[in-house]
Amino acid sequence: MDPSFKIVIVDENPVRAAILEEGLREAGHVHVVRIGEMAHLLARIYAIDPDVILIDLENPSRDVLEQMFQVSRAVKRPVAMFVDQSDSASIEAAVDAGVSAYIVGGLRKERVQNILDLCISRFNAFARLQEELDRTRSALEERKVIDRAKGILMKAKNLTEETAYALLRKTAMNENKKIAEVAQSVITAAELFK
Amino acid sequence: MSDKRLRIGFIPLCDAAASIVAVDKGFAAAEGLDVELVREVSWSNMRDKLNIGLFHAAHMIAPIAIASSLGLGHVKVPIVAPFVLGVNGNAITVSPALYASIAAMAEGNIVNPMVSACALARVVASRKAKGQEPLTFGMTFPFSTHNCQLRFWMAAGGVDSDEDVRLVVLPPPYMVESLANKHVDGFCVGAPWNSVAVDLGIGFMLHFVSEIIGRVAEKVLAFRSRWAQDHPDALSKLVRAHARAAVFIDDVAKRDEVVAMLAPANRIGVSPEVVRRALDGRMKVAPDGATRVDENYLLVGRNGSGRPDPAQAAWLYAQMVRWGQAPLTKEMCDAAKAVFRSDLYDAALGPVQKTVLGEPADGIGAFAGPPFDPRDITGHLSAWRIGRVPVA
Repeated sequence: MDPSFKIVIVDENPVRAAILEEGLREAGHVHVVRIGEMAHLLARIYAIDPDVILIDLENPSRDVLEQMFQVSRAVKRPVAMFVDQSDSASIEAAVDAGVSAYIVGGLRKERVQNILDLCISRFNAFARLQEELDRTRSALEERKVIDRAKGILMKAKNLTEETAYALLRKTAMNENKKIAEVAQSVITAAELFK
Repeated sequence: MSDKRLRIGFIPLCDAAASIVAVDKGFAAAEGLDVELVREVSWSNMRDKLNIGLFHAAHMIAPIAIASSLGLGHVKVPIVAPFVLGVNGNAITVSPALYASIAAMAEGNIVNPMVSACALARVVASRKAKGQEPLTFGMTFPFSTHNCQLRFWMAAGGVDSDEDVRLVVLPPPYMVESLANKHVDGFCVGAPWNSVAVDLGIGFMLHFVSEIIGRVAEKVLAFRSRWAQDHPDALSKLVRAHARAAVFIDDVAKRDEVVAMLAPANRIGVSPEVVRRALDGRMKVAPDGATRVDENYLLVGRNGSGRPDPAQAAWLYAQMVRWGQAPLTKEMCDAAKAVFRSDLYDAALGPVQKTVLGEPADGIGAFAGPPFDPRDITGHLSAWRIGRVPVA
């Protein structure tokens, strides 16, 4: 890998951008700049004059980068998307991971392949982390809902905590629902009866 | 049965109406299709996801479909457009300061685009004389109707859109903010964003694009050519569902229901009132509440506008040539026209009314220049003093 490449990461998500930057630095790239603020994006990029631009696909500003393909005085060097016709596996993997790469100045594709590969794996790793976090968060939310429903049942029907939970679970099984859904109905009903 | 599980990408704009209504009102289901609408954030994503088959169909700016088919600016992937989702629908909005300057320099009523364009030329000249920064205008994508419409209007007044002003690409959701914080002095974008700017008191809608060019195919329902060939049945069904949706959208009696379907956060995500203005063509154009009515503001299926007209594709291609985005060759012009598949529209909908009602005599209706003849792109291009036609 050529450590002299100047790489710009355009990503509004600072955590993901940091993960990617760290990966690039570990791979020996010293010139990595992160842009997290989208105003005047093109002007910033032109000022940095990078060889490779990486952008996340959730970012509407990706369309701004497409302007670099146009012939104009502002564009000093030719820009290409990383992929070409022969490369549908690469574009699929990148889109799947949620990242896109633009190459400035006619760098040979092979020289940038490992940057994109690294990008894809870091983006995928971030997505897995995010998923785990979301799962944990929603499990926590569900736990709270179930606890509240248990409390309502214990008070209203004079049940122990254990039997209240058993009742929720049985109802969920009978109605083919998640326990958290039944718990939510209990809370809603209780609020209506207030 | 992979035929039946379809994903359509859309950008939250009023001209995605036909796709949204086709799915949410059940017209697609009535054709036996199971369609999922996927909200997308950028036209580049839309193009790439259609190209690699993540989307079966896409709400797409007509010039992107053409550029993709011609291999301009990106990977060459032939696209077909058997249905036009919207004709017109954009507007040019400027900041209060620029509006005041244009009004002050105008010789005549600035509702007339020639008057406003000439006034803009004077504003540009006066800024240049004072050594001020050139005006900056936002548009949505390099290959876009917005780009063509903005340039066409300016150039008619003598403003060179590459030399005299700056044109920058801005994602539609950022347009309003960019106008508010003075990163741009004006923009050309689709509904609802112009109305959002006017309602915030930070913009004046100077022109509906229908006032500049009477009839421009704005968004198409785009398919990969390969997929279209392999799935003629699903494509026909989808076109029928969209055509029925378009009739529903155009029915004033159904307007409340349509607006309620389009406005929610997971669809366009703006107030129902703002969506309604675009469908009614009754636009609040100034922060003081002044309105202007144009029944051609946005056409969704009305007057035969759903049927792709290859002459429209030829006009869009001619604009790409005019602004240096495409070389002028007969092959490319033919390939551009071949994107607009009226035959697929006809195949899906059976014998249809082909005469388009109330359309401009040349099918385009530009406010300046000679009538457009799709067989004579060279003639069209030679009519302009300002342009970037590559020297053959």
